[in-house]
Order: sequence, then structure tokens, then C-alpha cells
Amino acid sequence: MFDRRLIENFDWGFIVLILLIGSMGLVILYSALAAGQDAGVVHILFKKQMIWMGAGFTIMMITLLIDFRDLDKLNLFIYAFCVGLLISVILFGQIGGGSRRWLLLGFVRIQPSELMKIALIISLSSVYSTSASQAGLNFRKLIKPVILCAIPFVLIVKQPDLGTGLLLLLIAGSITLFVKVERKVFFTLSGICFAAVPLVWFVLKDYQKLRILTFLNPDRDPLGAGYHIIQSKIAIGSGMLTGKGFLKGTQSALSFLPEQHTDFIASVLAEEWGLVGCSILLILYFFLLLWGVNIAYNCRNMFGSILAFGVTIMIFWQVFINIGMVMGLMPVVGVPLPLVSYGGSSVVTNMVGFGILLNISMRKFSSG
Amino acid sequence: MTEFNKNPDREWIKQRLIGASVCVLFVFASLFFRLIYLQIIKGEEYRLLSEKNAVRLKSIKPSRGLVFDRNKRLMVDNRPSFNLKIVREDAGDVKKTVKKVAELIQVPFQELMDSIARAGKGTFYKSVTLKSDISREQLAIVEAHKFDLPGIHIDIEPTRHYIYKKTASHILGYIGQINRKELKSGKYPNVRSGDLIGRYGIEKSFEKYLQGKRGGRQIEVDANGRTIKILRTIDPVAGLDLNLTLDLDLQKTAQKLLENKDGAVVAIDPDNGDVLVMASSPNFDQNDFIGGISSKKWKVLITDPGKPMINKAIQAEYPPASTYKIITSFAALEEKHIDINTTTYCPGFFKYGNRVYRCWNKRGHGELSIIDALAQSCDVFYYQAGVTTGVDALAQYARGSGLGKKTGIMLGNEKKGLIPTSAWKKKRYNESWQGGETLSVAIGQSYDLVTPLQMAVLMAAVGNGGTLYRPRIVKTIEDSHGKIVKKIEPQITGGLPASKETLHIVRTALLKVVQGKRGTARGIRLKNVEIAGKTGTAQVFSIKKDEKIKTEDLKYSLRDHAWFVSYAPAENPVIAIAVIIEHGEHGSTTAAPIAGALIEQYTQDFSTEEILTE
Repeated sequence: MFDRRLIENFDWGFIVLILLIGSMGLVILYSALAAGQDAGVVHILFKKQMIWMGAGFTIMMITLLIDFRDLDKLNLFIYAFCVGLLISVILFGQIGGGSRRWLLLGFVRIQPSELMKIALIISLSSVYSTSASQAGLNFRKLIKPVILCAIPFVLIVKQPDLGTGLLLLLIAGSITLFVKVERKVFFTLSGICFAAVPLVWFVLKDYQKLRILTFLNPDRDPLGAGYHIIQSKIAIGSGMLTGKGFLKGTQSALSFLPEQHTDFIASVLAEEWGLVGCSILLILYFFLLLWGVNIAYNCRNMFGSILAFGVTIMIFWQVFINIGMVMGLMPVVGVPLPLVSYGGSSVVTNMVGFGILLNISMRKFSSG
Repeated sequence: MTEFNKNPDREWIKQRLIGASVCVLFVFASLFFRLIYLQIIKGEEYRLLSEKNAVRLKSIKPSRGLVFDRNKRLMVDNRPSFNLKIVREDAGDVKKTVKKVAELIQVPFQELMDSIARAGKGTFYKSVTLKSDISREQLAIVEAHKFDLPGIHIDIEPTRHYIYKKTASHILGYIGQINRKELKSGKYPNVRSGDLIGRYGIEKSFEKYLQGKRGGRQIEVDANGRTIKILRTIDPVAGLDLNLTLDLDLQKTAQKLLENKDGAVVAIDPDNGDVLVMASSPNFDQNDFIGGISSKKWKVLITDPGKPMINKAIQAEYPPASTYKIITSFAALEEKHIDINTTTYCPGFFKYGNRVYRCWNKRGHGELSIIDALAQSCDVFYYQAGVTTGVDALAQYARGSGLGKKTGIMLGNEKKGLIPTSAWKKKRYNESWQGGETLSVAIGQSYDLVTPLQMAVLMAAVGNGGTLYRPRIVKTIEDSHGKIVKKIEPQITGGLPASKETLHIVRTALLKVVQGKRGTARGIRLKNVEIAGKTGTAQVFSIKKDEKIKTEDLKYSLRDHAWFVSYAPAENPVIAIAVIIEHGEHGSTTAAPIAGALIEQYTQDFSTEEILTE
């Protein structure tokens, strides 16, 4: 089963990219941690993240062993499993920061909403691989995908974790648009989206409304999110061309930045490594995304192509939203920066995603 | 290349992928341009701001809601307090500066350093309170040496002020600094470390209304920490004001009457359950708690045997004693064991089994029916009535009258008292109920426990014809412009388990307690107002049969508690009062006069008020 062709086709370039971004991430994380925490805590958190990275890498390698085409067959099973996890979060999840997001499995805390992203991408790819055509999808063909999205979306928003819920919709929406919809479907859906905006407004919690309003007009909340954005911008801007140097950031050292080891970690990079450092990271991400698109391009299997695109777009949205947010281009939402932000669930999810990409890349010549 | 390329079905997907890549490129280009804008074009400016750490956040505390009595008289307001603060970043040598300031205002250096330590990590650039509420003299000294004290500044912030010292302290409560546990609990989303929250009384139970909303300012400061420019301001929103049901004058009178005594007074408006007076003695000065009570003062308060920190009106449980005969009357009449004409002969004692139970009147009351028995508080009559009714039926009527459960007043830590049943005893002591115990329960001794508030609510209901109200302490909540935000309506919680006839009998007897020739409280009669009431003497320590001890020889802590519960005017009451004086011995001599004085004052005020409005 594991023939030599697979080894020969192994995508070394992609692995190198991941390792590069991952090690850059660890360097930035160390700096971000050292700035805000006591030495002992830094040590513990950093070690934890290293362990997660290692675990993620192992899981990525395990993902390689399964032929991606088996995912096609197993898609509903995987989907149902993740939905089951989401339901158990609501029933007996752990509360943190006012919402129920985590499940305790032994001594590991997982966030099923993260895994759900991968499961949904697999399911959608499976559905679209048979229904998509050059003519585009019509309404009837969209019924199943809409149901597939709606169930996890409702469950995640109920936690409540609107940010991850919307990210899920963004990913699903991008995949759907990518496989093409009929023109009239496109316009109708856009119309519905516009009409839904006021409706969604009523569902939002006060603090969520505030965040969006703050984004549109930072003057609104100068003491909360608006202040964070200002400090983040000062941190980024003060990095200038070459940065202040490793561990020399002042904004981050003085706890001016909130969540600097998770959501605002990019500001630490920008402050200490300047435009040069940021550009390197951006370019690495850009290559990573192009690589993903290329894997989709070269895959002979429709399911594989869509799946590769889906995983790539998942990475894209996280990078764009996170970096956009710290630079004041996006509202303040809790989306981690792949391979850089602190957090186990995010590392594992992204590694599984990379595993899937590598998997498809290795088996690109197998059609069917 | 291969077959893949020839397949048109795959070709279009490739087109889409190329399109997607172009989109990604555009997005990344825009991120890159944004970076150039922030780091190159505006870089110099931001670098400067970051070096000075010039943009700071300064919070503006909201002023806490005010508290008024029922006649809109201000009871609690805010006064400015001068707080000495430090921003360590601007202080240069922190220790040196703090030492200097400590010498100037003559406080221990360590005390100030402790305040800094308490503020914790991450506050280097924030202003930390060194000492709150400094005196005007200290303020003057600091201001005079301002330029020798880098990083030190004085903030004027509103502080709580309880206008009438030691008045209604248990109801108003006090405030104190929030602790770490409370901060973590998530119950106080708008509160930060160092903020004050309600700790007792309505300050605590109405915290969310009184609190208000913090405002703040983004400021740009110079190298010495002085504000150069205010970037943005959000004004704080003042907390909401409370209009209480308390009558300030009556409250003051009640407290004066309670002076040097241990006990409690509760007065209620029978028409709606408004709490007019709630006094507990001894009490405390809430102003001592502002800025943190000194451990010495706190120790005095908590070791005082009179328990000043307990609101005895709702948190102390006493045997109801003879006042409970009202309940026994309800039960015996409603269960038809007796009627208005049933008589019992009281020889001064009651034989039950092989024991003899005494009436308080050793010479005996002779032959009497319920009205006289209640008016003269004959124990023998109620032993008889209690035994025929049974403990469980008694309990049912007691609970129906609001005893043995919380009244639901919006103050914390209310106790619910205890009304025993045979099942309760089985569960609690694993013993079956003894018939003799019913005798004690029927006259309100042994296990029975009530709070003064419960008794006031009961009397209000007897007075108003049977309606039990949830006692109300806050009438309305309004914003600083006087607009009513929330109205707390009177709330009926039930009706007394007594028919019109039963109530009539009881009311007639209660009137006779004060107005009758042989009534136990005839000493408090007023000229213009007829009072109905009931005395009670709760045993703290049971004197053995036939043992004679003069009460003067008894230790204070072993003397009986004195009760008086009442309402007035008897026909159409405007006030219901429960008074308990701990170790006051006889209800008629210590407790009743307090109720009498309050009724006199209140009915006078009331009639003048009526004349004015007519």
C-alpha cells in the first residue's frame, strides 16, 4: 500500500515552509511570553507550546498514512463525530471566559469547534466533488451544503463563540464560491446576506456590537478595544524598518498589549523585527498559501482539489483576519495566527490541515 | 501534460484556482501596504509615542447612586476625597520618592510601599493609589512640594458619605474594596481591582443599580507624566439613586429608644409592606468602613457580645413566646377545636401526663374564653388549645402566616426561623415528638424561632385584614435626572390562614391587650390612638419548677427576652411594629413602651400629613 512513489512524491518544500514558519513562531512567542509573564510561567507556557508543536507534527505525519480518498468515504462519519463533540461541549464542556468551548479528555483540553473546521471542509469537498460543474451550483444542489454548515454554526454560536462560527461560514462560503454557483444564485445569496445584516445585529451580544462599532469607529470604545488597537498600532509602527530587536520591544514588555501571546502576537513581531521581519513572515505565509493552491492545481482528483483548496483557504482567513486585526483593518476578534499564536487546539488543527495537504500532494498522480 | 489537462471538467477548476491566487495576492499586497504605512510613513511618530509610553489610559470613577428616605430626604451621598497616587514610570527612583512623600504626610513608609505591592505587575505605567482620602493638611503639603515629587499626583474622586452617623447602618450597609476572588467570579463585570463594591445591606443587594458605569480618558503625557493632551474621553455614568421606604425621623427615634439596649425594632406599613423602621442595636458607624476599616476597629466590632454587625431584625432568631398565641388561636379556631365561647378553667397550672406545666400567673386566671385568654396571655388556655390542635396543625398555620420561611426582603442573609413539626424532629434528632413539647410550642417556647421582621409582617397582616406582604425596602430606583428607572411594586405573598370571624376574635383580643382593664400592655395607652398588640417573654434559661430566683440576681445573659408586637390604630392601622429587647425581661415594661412611642410619633406625623393634603 505504501509504495515507493509516495516517498518519491513527498513534498519536502512544503515541510520546510512549515518548519520555517513554526520556528519563527516560537521565537516570537518566546518574546511575547517573556514580556508579559514571570520567568517560571514563561518556561511552562513555552514548553507547553513546544509539546503541542511536536504533537501536532506527529499527528500531521499520521494523517499522511491515510489515503485522502478514504476521507471522502468517511466524510459523514467524521462530520457526525465532530458534531457529537460539539454537542457534548454544550452538555458538559468547561467554562472559560464566559463561554463553554472546551472538552476535557483525560488531561488534555480540546476545543471541538477547531476540529469542526476540518470536518466541514472534508464534508463540503465530498459533496461538491460530485455536484460541482462548470455551469455552477443551483439552489437545489446547495441544500445539503447549507444544512452541513448550519448545524455546527448554530452549535458553536451557542457556546457562545461567534468568532469561530463566523470563520466557519467564511471558509464554507469561500469553498462554495470557489466551486462556482449560478449567477442568479450568487445574486440571490448576496441579497440575502445584505438583508441578514440587520437581523444578525439583534442576535449579537452587547460586547460584540461594541467591537464591530469600535472597528468602524475606534472613538467609540477608547477604553477597551479602541485602546488595544491604538496600542497595537503604536507597537507595530514603532518597529519601523528593522525593529527594536529581539526581546527589546517596549510596548509588549509593558503589558500595553492585550493577549499578546495569542491574538496580538503579530504586534510583538512587528515591534521587535520591524517591516523586515513582518515581510518575511508575510512572504512565508504567501508561499504556503500558493503551495496549497498548487497542490489543488496538480491533484487529479476533484475531491482532492477542493479539499486542498478548502484547507488553504482556512489558513488564509486566519492569517488575514489576525494580521488585519492587529493593524486596525479588521474588528477585534479572537482568531489565532497559524503556527505562531499560543494555543494547542489551533496548532493541532492547522497541523492536521497541513497533513491533509501533504497527503494530497503525495498522491497527486492517483486519480479516481 | 496528461489526460488531466484535456479534461474540460478539470480545466475550469484550474481557472478558478488561478483566480483565487490572484485574490490572495491582492490581499497580501494590501496587508503589506498597510505595514508600510504604519511602519515607514507613520513609523517615526509611533516610535516616539512608544518611547515615551505617552498614550495612557486613565479611568474616571462613576459616582455611586444616592439613597433617600421615603420623604426624599438624603441619607447617603458622595463627597470628594483626595487620593494620593503614583505612576512609577514617572517617579524616577520610586523608593526615594515614596520615602519623601511618607515623611511629608507622616505615614509609615511601609504602608505606602504595601499599596504599591498590592497593585501587582502590569501597573508600572498606571496610576496606583498610595493612600486614599488624605486630609486637607496632607493635601496642602503634597501640593506645596509637587515639584520635588515626580510621578506623584492627587486625584479627586467621589467617596461614600453616610450623612447620619450610626443611623440605619444595617439597612444602608457599607462598601469595601473588591477582592481577588470576587473579581474572578465574573459577577462584577464592570469592576476592577481597587474598586469599591457594596458589602452589606442595600449597598450590597442593590449594587448593580448603585454602581454606575466607569468612564475614562486616553491621554498623552510628557516625560514627567503630566497630561499634555486629552485624546478621547468617555464620561462616567452615575449610579442610580434609591428611594427607600424608611422614615428617617421614625428610624432615628427607634434607634434612640434602643440606645444602650440589645435588640431590634421593625415597623411596617400594613397597606403595602413598606418597611418604615428597621433598627438593630447595637449598631456601627459605616463611615468607619470607608477607605478600609482599621483592624483595631474591626476587632472591637466583631468581639462585642452585643453583635453589632448582625442585623437582628432579619438575622437573629428568637422564640416568639406569647406572641405566638396568635398563631395557636388561628389554628384552634380554624380547626374548630374551640370557638369564641369555649372556656377553660385556669388554676395556675396544667397537668399533662405526670408533669405539671405552669401558667405565668401562679394564682390562676380562673374561667376564661379565648378573647380574655389572649388578652391576659393565659398559658393554661393555650396549653389546652395546643394539645387538642396538635403540633403539625400548629406548624401549618404558622407557616401559612409567614413564619418559618424568609419574608423575601431585599437584604442579604435573611434567616428563616424555625417552626417545628413531628417530621422535623424525627429527621433532626431521630426522636419522636413528645406531647409535652406541644405545650411549649403552643406558647411559643422550645423549638419555635422567629425573626422580628416576620412578626412585623404577621402583625401587619392581622391589622390589614389578612394580607401578607413581602416587606419592601426600596420603593423606586431613579436616574440622576429623577426619571424612574425601576419601580418595585408592593407584592402580596399570601393571606393569613384565618377566616374573618377568627381574625375578628384575635383583633378584639389584641385590642384588649392594651385597651382592656387587665391587658398585659395597658401601660402604653395613648390618648388619641387605640393600639392593638401582644406582649411576650421569651425564655433564655428555664428556671426549675418551684425554684425561686429573683431576676435581679440572674446574670444579664440569662434574663428573658422581651417582645411586643402591635399595630395601630386598631381599627384601620397605618403601622405595624415588632420590638424585641434582648434580656429585657418583660414585654410590657421594656418592649411595649418603645412601640408606644413610635406609634405616637408616627400617627401624629400621619395625621398632620393628612390635614396638609386635605
